[in-house]
Amino acid sequence: MRKIVLPGDLISTNPKVAGYGTYIEGDKVYAKILGLFDEAENSAKVIPLKGKYIPSIGDTVIGIVREVTANGWNLDINSPYQAFLPLTENPETKPGKKPNDILDLGDAVIAKVINIDPRMRVTVTMKDKICRAIRFGRIVAINPARIPRVIGKKGSMIKLLKSELDVQIVAGQNGLIWLNGDRRKISIAEEAIYLIEEEAHTEGLTDRVAEFLRRRKECLAQKNS
Amino acid sequence: MSRPEKFIIDGKRLDGRTPDQLRPIKIEVDYLKRADGSCYLEMGKNRVVAAVYGPREVHPRHLQDPTKAIIRYRYNMAPFSVEERKRPGPDRRSIEISKVSKEAFEAVIMKELFPRSAIDIFVEVLQADAGSRTACINAASVALVDAGIPMKGILTSVAVAKVDGVLVLDPMKEEDNYGEADIPFAFLIRGGKIESIALLQMDGKMTKEEIKEAINLAKKGAMEIYQMQREAIMKKFIEEGENE
Repeated sequence: MRKIVLPGDLISTNPKVAGYGTYIEGDKVYAKILGLFDEAENSAKVIPLKGKYIPSIGDTVIGIVREVTANGWNLDINSPYQAFLPLTENPETKPGKKPNDILDLGDAVIAKVINIDPRMRVTVTMKDKICRAIRFGRIVAINPARIPRVIGKKGSMIKLLKSELDVQIVAGQNGLIWLNGDRRKISIAEEAIYLIEEEAHTEGLTDRVAEFLRRRKECLAQKNS
Repeated sequence: MSRPEKFIIDGKRLDGRTPDQLRPIKIEVDYLKRADGSCYLEMGKNRVVAAVYGPREVHPRHLQDPTKAIIRYRYNMAPFSVEERKRPGPDRRSIEISKVSKEAFEAVIMKELFPRSAIDIFVEVLQADAGSRTACINAASVALVDAGIPMKGILTSVAVAKVDGVLVLDPMKEEDNYGEADIPFAFLIRGGKIESIALLQMDGKMTKEEIKEAINLAKKGAMEIYQMQREAIMKKFIEEGENE
């Protein structure tokens, strides 16, 4: 069990190891957020337990169109900052097609963060194979700090969900997850995601999720027969 | 309530405490569902609720700062929190408390990490009994930690008063109203040590020596409160992590 640290807790006296969730003052490294202390040979970081999503370059996010402008769309990405999707970054843009014919208010999209300026103005793109406009399926919202557990080590957890249930899943770093496939299987996946969120920091979670999926699939098979 | 004849009898205060003893404290983390971080705190007869929202978009827009987050702190007393009904809404006193408390928190919250955003802190006094601003600061720091907001350390606040020429920790109503002096402190605690003073106000008169003594007394009290704040947060999150 990893130790819980609070802001201001002394983590290390070697500034070289300072990682995420820490800050350096003098020659000492302190925690700056509430989280789990993760110590390795040459790194010391704090894994957050709570907090808003703060965009960083390269993140996959799910956004909802909040404003349509002449040169792009403003997206709500479940964060203190809105993201801007320029017309030129949407592959569906064609001359003569108006922005609101491509994406309208309330539409959801999967996008990637490509740029953040010092004033935290976020630009996203849809020029990536994972990116698309979401026209069907389901979007589930969870605490953004728990997304890494839903994905798992090298994607192990998400792979488990995908292969066991045969559904499409895209997890946005901003806490929104898109699910697509058979409706009953989506419902099982949704429940599994809530289970992961609830028990994010317990040991052997992957095994318990596998067990949960097996049980729910049996139920489903019984109903069908 | 009238002025008591003597504040200290046989080394004991009106409520039976010794001069360096705190009132009983109860802290509950994650008290409100809709807030990003929240805390309910009792300090003697004080009862306060703190809620933290943010970082979030700033409304109205013109208040936003392109280089850092803005912090808004609202201290408010419920009309029923005192013996005589208080007129609802901000008054001279609560505006002042909000301002000084906000300035104390500005020194510990890492505002530069969230340009163009706002961190809102609301504290409501449900029942007041001297030292409500210190109770509010203690509750607000726990709520900020619960909200996952980056900070240099944790703020802990406690007051020291002078009654019958004796310094007493964490004064209650009578000592506050009829005492000779009252100093609320807030300390920044980091790495388990008191790092600096984030807030200090004074009402009444004290000598230089008394002030020095008062600081030491307050530091001792603050460390005790810090342990309680810590335990409350730990308890909440360890439970969450061990529900196997």
